[in-house]
Amino acid sequence: MAPHARDAARTSPVDSLVTRHRLRPLELLPWVLVIPPYWLFDTYLPLGSEILIMVLFALSLDLILGYAGIVTLGHAAFFGLGAYTAGILAANGWGEPISGLAAAAAVAGATGYVTGRIILRAHGLTLLMMTLVIVLALNEAANRMGWLTGGADGLSGIEMWPLLGLFRFDLYGRTGYVYAAAVLFVAWIFVRRIVHSPFGRSLTGIRENVTRMHAIGVPVRTRQVTIYAIAAVLAGIAGGLLAQTTQSVALTVMTFERSGAILIMLVLGGVGRLYGAFVGVPAYMIAQDNLARLDPVYWYFWVGLMLVVVVLFARGGILGIVDRARDLVVRRRP
Amino acid sequence: MRLFRIATLALTAIVSATAADAQTVRVGFVTSLSGPSASIGDLMDKAVRLYIEQNAASIAPVRVEIIRRDDTGPNPEVARRLTQELITRERVQLLTGYIYTPNAMAVAPLINEARIPTIIMNAGTSAIVRQSQMFARVSFTMWQSAYPLGQWTARQQGVRRSYTLVADYAPGHDSEQAFIRGFTEGGGQNVAAVRMPMNTVDFAPFLQRVRDERPDALFIFVPAGVVARGIMKAYADLGLAQAGIRLVGQGDITPDEELPNMTDVPEGIITMHHYSADADRPANRAFVEAWRRAYGANSTPSFYSVGAWDAMAAIFHVIREQRGQIDPARTMELLRGWENPNSPRGMVRIDRETRDVVQNEYLRRLERVDGRLVNREIETIPMVSDPWVRFNPAPPR
Repeated sequence: MAPHARDAARTSPVDSLVTRHRLRPLELLPWVLVIPPYWLFDTYLPLGSEILIMVLFALSLDLILGYAGIVTLGHAAFFGLGAYTAGILAANGWGEPISGLAAAAAVAGATGYVTGRIILRAHGLTLLMMTLVIVLALNEAANRMGWLTGGADGLSGIEMWPLLGLFRFDLYGRTGYVYAAAVLFVAWIFVRRIVHSPFGRSLTGIRENVTRMHAIGVPVRTRQVTIYAIAAVLAGIAGGLLAQTTQSVALTVMTFERSGAILIMLVLGGVGRLYGAFVGVPAYMIAQDNLARLDPVYWYFWVGLMLVVVVLFARGGILGIVDRARDLVVRRRP
Repeated sequence: MRLFRIATLALTAIVSATAADAQTVRVGFVTSLSGPSASIGDLMDKAVRLYIEQNAASIAPVRVEIIRRDDTGPNPEVARRLTQELITRERVQLLTGYIYTPNAMAVAPLINEARIPTIIMNAGTSAIVRQSQMFARVSFTMWQSAYPLGQWTARQQGVRRSYTLVADYAPGHDSEQAFIRGFTEGGGQNVAAVRMPMNTVDFAPFLQRVRDERPDALFIFVPAGVVARGIMKAYADLGLAQAGIRLVGQGDITPDEELPNMTDVPEGIITMHHYSADADRPANRAFVEAWRRAYGANSTPSFYSVGAWDAMAAIFHVIREQRGQIDPARTMELLRGWENPNSPRGMVRIDRETRDVVQNEYLRRLERVDGRLVNREIETIPMVSDPWVRFNPAPPR
């Protein structure tokens, strides 16, 4: 990784390895930024909680794509499974949010583990196709099982109980926002631990050089399946959150388009660096929201233009630009 | 002296601006303006603009401000979020639009809580209106046309066996059940009820099976638009008409705006619907003429446009009656029993009890006039209310 290599150049190599897991003040910036909108932009909270949910989803994708190097177009399958699990529970009389989220995580994780064991035998394009097949198959299953999922009409009649028995999900989306932020915070601590653990380092090793990892005796496929299942759990939680805060689930939660969109948002922020999700998702969704408001008819064009510009001029995403800017400043100093 | 004049002018401007502000009614309009359903949203949006252009003077000095939002298609969570924002951020006093059933269903809890009267412009599943006391509908229900069509088909000479083919989602299910109920009550027998996945584009296999089964009548429902064009083409290509299988359906399979693109479809297809652009009523002739003047001679309004048009008529009615001071309870009271004898579709009414639309259903025959295909109205069933309500009484509260 380029940034780490640079850090290493400035200090001794051992220093960087020893201190890399320590919390830098800058890492708390997203959590400082999450707080003011609650009061300042209180009418934007539904959008705010959707952004937080998509950040969690992108974070889970970053674990497998950015760290383990598993390219997938089917990650929305787990998001959708989580959403349907939480939604179906709530629509059938169990509206307790936190246990609903746990169920969503369990279903998505179990599916992630089982499918991961099967498809991770493949590599490259074959793997890509298989991930695609999983999301398409699950989408069609949800479409066919109308008695359970509502089919193409979507699942309606979701009624959530108050969070912790105290906070009702309100019209302004205040409860939903705080709830999503809290869940994302816990997930962030968890993901950060994973990334900096020996397990997380071995994933990067697998991404960079599989042969060498085999040679030094790392159980490569077990590691891959494990991280795939963990990412599925997080995606399932994100889906569950969406179902609970919007109180509706439709087939669109589990589409190839959603898999693609989250990939774009992650790439926009920067892949494989933990904070790409925190930058890319808000940038994309806020831009999209504003464009759709200014130009309700042709807004897709402006979103497309924005992405073309990013791909042409900002390889490595927004955080990549930040890196290069910092490099310029640092290099100019004597 | 000059300074004084400028100050007075500025003051007047400020005062009149605030006065105008107080007199503006904000209406949220949620429809699909991008994606595969963009053409539907466009037909509705054009009707809304045309209505305001023609009728703005009738509510003066009150002004109406339409705040448009794009729900991108059948996306309940998007529709819900946009509606939530329209209520909390834009502070709309009325809501309208909603092409798709799931989208309308998803906003029911919101309008219940915020008490925002909501006029559905299109979504046609019967059960929607019961989800909230704040809903009123001016579009149609699937039962309204499919049930009398089933009854009519059963009365035709030599038609004993029918076959139904519908898109697999709530409006399709409604259509299927309504047609079969009407047809079997009239003594017919339905031999097969097939549901096609929503994203089907190749209809040939489904129609081939119909051909092999040789029913007397085939009932089809697919969402109006490009899909309808596809299935009608397959119907013509496979020669089902020549095989003696009569095609019947709701207006969705021969939408007015798609007829110019359906050149090789055989004449004689019977549809039941509440609107055809070809209808000879003075109100409709004026509407179509104004439409073509505004949007070009080749542009044709459809039932989507008329749904939007009548929703605007109802909105203008409640604004006029309350002089721009929208009170939710009073608005719903005004909507209950509202009627418009001068709609392009003829008389239209919102039922006092069910808050659902009551209107004429027209039996139409697809004919070629001056080389153009049109839905010619041949029979009128006056003021049909939703039969589904009769068969499914509301559970006691």
